[in-house]
Amino acid sequence: MIRFEDVTFAYEKGKPVLSAVSFEIGKGETVGLIGANGAGKSTVMKLLLGLAGPGAGAGSGSGAGNTKNTGSGRILVEGIEVLPKNLPQIRRKLGFVLQNSDNQMFMPTVFEDMMFGLLNYGMSRMEAERRVDEVLQDLGQEKLKYLYNHKISGGEKRMAAVATVLAMDPEVLLMDEPTSALDPYNRRIIIRTIGALKQTKIITSHDLDMIYDTCGRVILLSDGKIAADGPAEDILMDKKLLEANRMELPLRFATCV
Amino acid sequence: MNQNIERSIHDLREMDALASGDSMVHRVSAGAKLLVTVVYIGTVVSFAKLNMTGLLFMVLYPVLLFTVSGIPISTCFYKLRFVLPLVLFVGVFNPFFDRTPAFAIGSFTVTTGMISMVTLMMKGVFCLMASFLLMATTRIEALCGALRKIHMPQMLVTLLLLTFRYAAVMAEEVNVMTQAYSLRAPGQKGIHYTAWGSFLGQLLLRSMDRADELYSSMLLRGYHGEFYYAETKKRSSGDTLYAAIWCAAFLAARCVNLTQVLGMTVVR
Repeated sequence: MIRFEDVTFAYEKGKPVLSAVSFEIGKGETVGLIGANGAGKSTVMKLLLGLAGPGAGAGSGSGAGNTKNTGSGRILVEGIEVLPKNLPQIRRKLGFVLQNSDNQMFMPTVFEDMMFGLLNYGMSRMEAERRVDEVLQDLGQEKLKYLYNHKISGGEKRMAAVATVLAMDPEVLLMDEPTSALDPYNRRIIIRTIGALKQTKIITSHDLDMIYDTCGRVILLSDGKIAADGPAEDILMDKKLLEANRMELPLRFATCV
Repeated sequence: MNQNIERSIHDLREMDALASGDSMVHRVSAGAKLLVTVVYIGTVVSFAKLNMTGLLFMVLYPVLLFTVSGIPISTCFYKLRFVLPLVLFVGVFNPFFDRTPAFAIGSFTVTTGMISMVTLMMKGVFCLMASFLLMATTRIEALCGALRKIHMPQMLVTLLLLTFRYAAVMAEEVNVMTQAYSLRAPGQKGIHYTAWGSFLGQLLLRSMDRADELYSSMLLRGYHGEFYYAETKKRSSGDTLYAAIWCAAFLAARCVNLTQVLGMTVVR
């Protein structure tokens, strides 16, 4: 479904952020993308979404049009290469939940935010509204529908952000730190929600317990290279491997001192 | 200082809350309200500078709208507190330049300069009240939708919408930065001038980062230059009637001095 073929990328010439990264993610897989700060996790997401790198056309957001960007290799989503001309087609398949929900929710109410993407993709108002209701019902968050984005709590905002993306029925869900800044109760709700979603999921996070709970496979990035790629259990319980890449065991496996 | 910024953010959001009301005025389509407001402002501005009594009739529109919409008039004056003095200042020199006597009240001579000053002030206040009422009874998205329907350039409308939406985002960034500053500068009022440059630079960079992320979020949800508005009502016959009645009333008030006619009727 998603394929990175020998992808090398640098925001500035001579300072590669990703070096010869290759992996393939199959349909329905849930993959955790982990690594220390600066390992290249966000860049993988941006490249996939066409927000940076060869896929980014003019006016594509984050870093687009930055002539210093250099890269090689190919990124494919269901056989379609991430290139400026293919972006509308590719982005229709991908849903991205940003780390900061405040930056994702730009309309006054949750309802309007959820409608935004649907109307952009040409859905009729009636159909779009039905879809909004359906998604909120599936998530058990009907109460959020007419609430103002600035008046809801952090946890509710994160749920609303997930809802806005799910409303568009993406085939792949990309989530950047979905549990950051959430209290334990809301974190648990998000984990349960992620677990119940049927889509292919790529999750980047430093919350390794959450990754363990939600992902079947983990890709460990270190200095722009893949340090390990395999079953979550194998990687997340390998203390040596994690520590060699500036990571630590998930709290549940850490021995109390 | 932080309290002022927080109050500004609150003010901005309060406009959204006001516009989400459910009165008869709120239910009228944005297009009809926009048309009535434009005609109202046009009519008010077109009154002759000495036709103060004729202009007086035009106060009925804002008064009625304030009553029906349930928006307190004090909210309007509070929100316009910074603009009102400027409007009132416009005609303040007229009495000095135009001293032609118009009539006398006892020993006090009222000059045409004084009348034109009051007329100018009334015009300004009426126009501001009408604009406020439009904003306070119509969601910005609906208003922008109406502007697009009358073929206002997409770029301008999107700019208007995003400016309105992101003013609060920018204010939030200023709030966070001033809070961080004041916590490390106890007892200091405001921001020291030596920090202005870096403060503004940081604000610009932070705002750009946030704007970039917001824009990415829009792009990823299919935005391609045209904003689609979630709530745009179809025009009903009630909306047409609303617009027609008000426009006819304004036209009548402009052609006939209705205040004088009413006054004469009462006197007789």
